[in-house]
Amino acid sequence: MSSAIVVRDLRKSYDGVEALRGISFEVGEGEVFGLLGPNGAGKTTTVEILEGYRSRDGGEVSVLGHDPGTPPRALRERIGVVLQHSEFQPLLTVREAHRLFAGYYARPRDVDEVIDLVGLQEKRNARVKTLSGGQKRRLDLGVALVGDPDLVFLDEPTTGFDPAARRSAWEMIRALRSLGKTILLTTHYLDEAQQLADRVAVIRAGRIVKLGTPAELIGDTRGTEIRYRRDGEPAVIETEDPTRVLHELTSEALAAGHELEHLEVRRPTLEDVYLELVDGDDEDGQ
Amino acid sequence: MSLLVHQLAFEQRVFWRSREAAIFIFVFPLLLYALLASVYSNDIDGVPSADVLLAGLFGYGAANTAFAGLAIILVGRREAGVLKRLRSTPLPPATYIAAVLLSTLVVFALQAVALVVLGTFAFDASLPANWLGFAGAIVLGVACFAGLGVGAASLIRSAEGVSAVVNVIVLPMAFLSGSFGPTQNLPGFLEVVADVLPLTYFLDIVYGVYLDGESLHADPTALGVVAAWGVAGLAIAWRRFGWMPRER
Repeated sequence: MSSAIVVRDLRKSYDGVEALRGISFEVGEGEVFGLLGPNGAGKTTTVEILEGYRSRDGGEVSVLGHDPGTPPRALRERIGVVLQHSEFQPLLTVREAHRLFAGYYARPRDVDEVIDLVGLQEKRNARVKTLSGGQKRRLDLGVALVGDPDLVFLDEPTTGFDPAARRSAWEMIRALRSLGKTILLTTHYLDEAQQLADRVAVIRAGRIVKLGTPAELIGDTRGTEIRYRRDGEPAVIETEDPTRVLHELTSEALAAGHELEHLEVRRPTLEDVYLELVDGDDEDGQ
Repeated sequence: MSLLVHQLAFEQRVFWRSREAAIFIFVFPLLLYALLASVYSNDIDGVPSADVLLAGLFGYGAANTAFAGLAIILVGRREAGVLKRLRSTPLPPATYIAAVLLSTLVVFALQAVALVVLGTFAFDASLPANWLGFAGAIVLGVACFAGLGVGAASLIRSAEGVSAVVNVIVLPMAFLSGSFGPTQNLPGFLEVVADVLPLTYFLDIVYGVYLDGESLHADPTALGVVAAWGVAGLAIAWRRFGWMPRER
């Protein structure tokens, strides 16, 4: 698999404060890569350098074979961008906003097809200013896709969504992946990274503290946790052999005729790992 | 080229759909002309006041449309992230700016025609004595004040403040340079201010082409001052114009 994005030892400071302290990662073609971290960790700075918005102070960066520090038009033809905050002309309709952007690209997709893809068909002729927050995010995504990009940047695509809107946004992002698009996603939602990303880089205070598939991040070292309450006190058993341990536990309880209150069997989630990784002082919340 | 037309078409659509902009920028100078021409009915220095005011409001319209209007549009779009978003598309920045400027020119040209129509039909004003010169003045006015408008947009940080800032500049400037009728007995320091304002010189040119039938370049000093102001605005824009929101 060749790389859509290569980042080596990327550095950036704002007014002497180091926002990025040497970040390296690669994103393969067709991969969904998640940058996960708390606010101020350096996610948006990283993405905005890759999108060509910000200059870098050090390191090497390649996006689809181009240096985004001096982005040629050919690169802009092939990327789609969903910014954390952006607005469109509030007086245009959804269809007009898509048509406007379609006009910027050499080989745009069919405007109505894209509107259907992002689920705005009911709002095709509605003015942008009448859309809800979630619908505006769909518009962001539709407009980012209308140029038929190979690489899509999604900077916190579901921040501020209600749970139902998030689920449907996730469905759309999965649909993008099935179209073969490479996706770089930033998020501070762990479940989002876990649900969507093939690989995740956990970033904290300008450094990548962990990189791997969600499964790798969780690791095989930690076993399964069995939790229950005994005489009102919480009890936790960590085991590599959950079937046997659970069987023994429930057999004993059955024989003794008492209930295992609050019985719970769980694998550590990415959240447990994440909280361990990002726990501690946030050195440079920017 | 087709990209320029594409963007220009959308700029026009957005402008005319925005009632605030269309009223403040397009209708307001017409309204002021109708009011002033109704109030002042005598001749001014031997010229019918309807003619002098028409030329004056034409100057005010140029400043209002190209300077105030453009600064408000650009700062609003920059702070909302519209410009930032455009920057990551293949649309060349120069094409975008050209489309926005052309759109401003279209609006002001229509406004100029509307002023002439309103003046001749409702107030018996004269038609431009030099049509070609009048057309040239439309382009010159937009060029000068749009240069200043882009320059101002580069300096003004907040979308909330931009409208107040540009109006605090445009209204006194229009008054001092005589857009709303000739000024008499200005205190000395205001006279000095009036003598450097671009609108003062632009109005001299407009009086020349509209009332006296002179050519656009009959007064090289006035032309030079107007051009210098436009270039100064562009120079500021060249150094300070940004596509990214300033306030986040």
